[in-house]
Amino acid sequence: MQTYSVGELTRYIHVMFDADAKLADIWARGEVSNLTKARSGHWYFTIKDAEAQMRCVMFRGAARSVRVDVRAGDEILVHGRVSVYDARGEYQLYADHIESAGGLGDLHRQFEALKARLDAEGLFDPARKKPIPAFPRRIGVVTSPTAAAWHDMQNVLRRRFPLLELILSPTLVQGAEAPTQIVRALHRLNRETEVDLMLVARGGGSLEDLWCFNDEAVARAVAASRIPVITGVGHEIDFTIVDFVADLRAPTPSAAAELATPNREDLLLDLDRLRNGFSAMLTDAIQARTNDLGRMRNALQFVTPQKAVQQAERALTDNRRRLRQAAIRRLEQLSERLSNRRGALDSASPAHILARGYALVSDEAGNIVRAAGQVSKDQRLNVQLARDEISVRVED
Amino acid sequence: MDDIASLSYESAYQELEALVAQLESGALPLEDSVKLYERGQRLASHCQTLLEEAELKIKLVDEAGLNN
Repeated sequence: MQTYSVGELTRYIHVMFDADAKLADIWARGEVSNLTKARSGHWYFTIKDAEAQMRCVMFRGAARSVRVDVRAGDEILVHGRVSVYDARGEYQLYADHIESAGGLGDLHRQFEALKARLDAEGLFDPARKKPIPAFPRRIGVVTSPTAAAWHDMQNVLRRRFPLLELILSPTLVQGAEAPTQIVRALHRLNRETEVDLMLVARGGGSLEDLWCFNDEAVARAVAASRIPVITGVGHEIDFTIVDFVADLRAPTPSAAAELATPNREDLLLDLDRLRNGFSAMLTDAIQARTNDLGRMRNALQFVTPQKAVQQAERALTDNRRRLRQAAIRRLEQLSERLSNRRGALDSASPAHILARGYALVSDEAGNIVRAAGQVSKDQRLNVQLARDEISVRVED
Repeated sequence: MDDIASLSYESAYQELEALVAQLESGALPLEDSVKLYERGQRLASHCQTLLEEAELKIKLVDEAGLNN
């Protein structure tokens, strides 16, 4: 188990503090307490608010240039850097500039008041937030053409989603005239162009620098915009009224450009995934059908036509055989019957009778004599014997 | 039938997703699947070209109105 000495651990923390850009150049606001102006000229004091307090030290050089009268209980603004005092294991603010908070304090108070009022009116209501289009075609940008922000945003957009048309609606982003210009810039985009998304942005700056984005008219113009608005004003920690009113707040101008657009790389990957998915699906579909075909073919083995044909042939020969037999039987029956008939016929035929010794007597006209009365004396008659005939004369 | 060339990125992409859903359902006769597959491929390459060849166009709108 690795362990650290207190020194090593503190030095690590110290380096961490010094590495943070924000802490190296920061304005803090608080109420002064236990102020000590040492004979050395160095000042030691604490600033606090309702939640926390922080030790401050102001070395002689800086302390001499402080123009305001600093007394315990005053609300002041302190500029400097926050670092670690290793010996005591404490962090403190090394002050180089002090201002009375009265001036900025008013701005803060105004900010909070306006924020509360607009909030009460429901301008910050999430339900009002318009959806950001997934694939914007025309983006309007309200910013200063000379600001680095505009340049950064173009680069981000060119890299991420160049399918866009960008419409700059130029304005001042600082100073007394800025609010009216921003409002006009917003209206121009809403009126003149087919814009489907708007970015309102400017680079970092002090509270005064960003103040125009806390202007009520600007806030109402953003709220009234029919086009969705993404704000990118100042740095991460800077919140302005427009951020609350906008449909989406980005911490910086570049971040606003990123939130506004899909990323080309992701889209290209997506297309590949879809394409692979496609071919996989098609091969599956074909494979599934080949399998079906195979199954079908196997099933057919059992009911192939050959079998049916063979069965039919067998049936045919069967029938033919039976037919022949029936015919033969029939013939036999008939011939049997025929011979019976013939037998009966023969036995009933005169030749048969004659053969048995009978004779057939008929007159010269061929009529058969059945009774003596039919003939007269001396009449010539014909007598048919079995195999020949004789003629006779009637005696009496 | 090559209406694809005139499609915007968004509509081409949406149609592509719809085709995928249809193919995924697997209920299509094979011939239709092949047709969908081909159209899908063409849609995908149209989207790809749009992405790769796109140029960011920048205009200005000021009190004088919209101009390049």
